[in-house]
Amino acid sequence: MKFGILVNEGPFTHQASDSAYQFVKAAIEKGHQVMRVFFYYDGVNNANKLSAPQSDDRNLVKMWGDLAKEHNLDLVVCIAAALRRGIVEDNLAEGFRISGLGQLTEVGIAADRLVVFGD
Amino acid sequence: MSEEIEFDTAGITKKFMYVNRKAPYGTIYALEVLEAVLISAAFEQHAAIVFIDDGVYQIKKGQDTAAINMKNFSKTYGIIEMEKEDADEDEDMDMVWRIIVEKESMEARGLSADDFVVDVEVLPSAELAKVMAEQDVVISG
Repeated sequence: MKFGILVNEGPFTHQASDSAYQFVKAAIEKGHQVMRVFFYYDGVNNANKLSAPQSDDRNLVKMWGDLAKEHNLDLVVCIAAALRRGIVEDNLAEGFRISGLGQLTEVGIAADRLVVFGD
Repeated sequence: MSEEIEFDTAGITKKFMYVNRKAPYGTIYALEVLEAVLISAAFEQHAAIVFIDDGVYQIKKGQDTAAINMKNFSKTYGIIEMEKEDADEDEDMDMVWRIIVEKESMEARGLSADDFVVDVEVLPSAELAKVMAEQDVVISG
């Protein structure tokens, strides 16, 4: 199956991004395709490379980037939501790209399922 | 910036539902769902914009946000209504937009269909559930 993923929350206040990460990993392991992960609302904070969690905490920003590299994932951060929250090219973590909201609608159309992770 | 990736969506029309559950101010969800709906119009998909729970306050008439230092974006829902009217009138366009308020949420807050800045369909929860089950994509905020 071809999945699109929408992540609506940042990496710390909510579990949404962790759950999305685990889902994407499991889906790929089962042989499914993840066409795009779209980060919206506070979800754009998952792409902030200045994020520095304590050393005994998981680092989701890096985990998403590593997963993207390993599986050639398309991680897209909404530009309107990102600019508000100070996520720009200068502090964009590896593996992510910034683009428009149209990319969310587009993956909704193209994928078999859009799975939403949020509050 | 990494290379832009685009998918071929030509000729595909799906049913999108946007579920607004939160009050208009206090969190950013209402504003950012609205932005997503407006951008999606360019893709000429079916769309149901739904207001439930405190989300019904998003389209309440007479909002005054001066005291909380927030932009009053309630008038922007008029653009959704315009998109809906355009879709209804253009026979060549296969695009149906609906603006739906859940009856129970509306009544629990002492509101009626006349209290909203746009014309709405009022549907009881059970009927709304059926409409929701028919959707291809459900985005909530």
